[in-house]
Amino acid sequence: MNATNRTVVVTGIGATTPLGGDAASTWDGLLTGRSGVSLLEHEWAADLPVRIAAQVAVEPLTVLPRPQARKLDRSAQFALIAAKEAWADAGFTGPADGTQVAPGRLGAVIASGIGGVTTLLEQYDILRERGFRKVSPHTVPMLMPNGSAANVGLEVNAQAGVHTPVSACASGGEAIGYASEMIRTGRADVVVAGGTEAAIHPLPVAAFANMMALSKNTDDPTRVSRPFDKGRDGFVLGEGSGVVVLESAEHAAARGARVYCEMVGQGLSADSHHIAQPEPNGRGIAAALQNLLDTSDLKPAEVAYINAHATSTPQGDSAEINALRRVFGDDLDHMAISSTKSMTGHLLGGAGGLETVATVLALYHRTAPPTINVDVLDEEIKADIIVDKPRPLPEGTVAALNDSFGFGGANVVLAFRR
Amino acid sequence: MAAINDKDAILEGLAEIVNEIAGIPAEEVELDKSFTDDLDVDSLSMVEVVVAAEERFEVKIPDDDVKGLRTVGDAADYILNAQLSTQS
Repeated sequence: MNATNRTVVVTGIGATTPLGGDAASTWDGLLTGRSGVSLLEHEWAADLPVRIAAQVAVEPLTVLPRPQARKLDRSAQFALIAAKEAWADAGFTGPADGTQVAPGRLGAVIASGIGGVTTLLEQYDILRERGFRKVSPHTVPMLMPNGSAANVGLEVNAQAGVHTPVSACASGGEAIGYASEMIRTGRADVVVAGGTEAAIHPLPVAAFANMMALSKNTDDPTRVSRPFDKGRDGFVLGEGSGVVVLESAEHAAARGARVYCEMVGQGLSADSHHIAQPEPNGRGIAAALQNLLDTSDLKPAEVAYINAHATSTPQGDSAEINALRRVFGDDLDHMAISSTKSMTGHLLGGAGGLETVATVLALYHRTAPPTINVDVLDEEIKADIIVDKPRPLPEGTVAALNDSFGFGGANVVLAFRR
Repeated sequence: MAAINDKDAILEGLAEIVNEIAGIPAEEVELDKSFTDDLDVDSLSMVEVVVAAEERFEVKIPDDDVKGLRTVGDAADYILNAQLSTQS
């Protein structure tokens, strides 16, 4: 391979999610079809129009040392926990010092849709109630959108580049795509990449509810996130982070690293249709899928699993399936599809990170996680949706996709193969 | 003797503040320790230490004076003097 088209592989994974405090417990939750959605017990939630969310299973303050945690926004706490797990999982011991990877060949790309929103709002409360002198001197590095990437970069001593793509709910996917390009084009040998979000706070909840994006369903909270179901009526806000370690195949082989799968490529496009509504026919999503096929060696025939973006909104889920059908035609019939958001809720900028972890593990374990809460499959969803029970994937080399779409019309499709 | 007791009390208070902010055990916070070099208090965290000390000891520590506070002893002396000068 020349320096501008190097093979990229996944060598580490980490997560902290509504299903568990690490990738293994999250994966276990996904396979058993467990919901991470629950009632918000906080006093502030009492009067909100939506009182459910998918909160992380393990509070970050029980994992991170307090002096470190108090200088990090909650979103950065999640990212750091997931990144440390992924870093260790990839076999790296301690920050880069040139023995396992050179700092100048190591990058970090961690995205968030909203950044340090809880820090911003909490410090504004302090400003109003206690005066300017009490505003934390850590506020700016905590609220800046690249705070998570910067802290992960510091943790591993990344000096090839520390980046934060921002595209709302596509951010995590975009981060992993960007990271793969850093390796493919020779800028880095190893990149820690993923997404994170911590926006379960009355203001974002009220704002998402008022734009009619959140489900107003007041049934059992675990039954509300129901992608592809006929009765779906909006997403459930989630929080957490998913991070992977990407590495050039050459670098991974040289250090004898365990390889989960290859990252084949990414497809990108923009809808230019509406600031928050998806283009109903999936034109932009189809363009991203086509872009993936045009810029990689992926063949539709080898795609066995798709981790859909499907957030449980009436328009979005069907637009996605329409786009998949438009690009893949009859090939879509041999692709099994699930939305793990039925269990995790929607992690916004963290979604692409978490769902990449799920997609990578599906390939590695030859088992695709299901979609839960599909009581009546919407007749508009003409595709093979995995419902309730995990689905074995074929032996031999197969590929899997992870879709992420964001407000602003951003479309990102990531492709993996093993 | 009152002044020495005050300084001990100030040290104890500073130790609690540094423990809260930097996680250093209170008994390791001694007068000759440097905030930056020994106690893991960077320039941003130092602002937190100063604001907490102002509140606890009811003194004002202007930003320009903060860079003179290299060690815990520097801070204790500064606070002691500031308290004495407000009393007189």
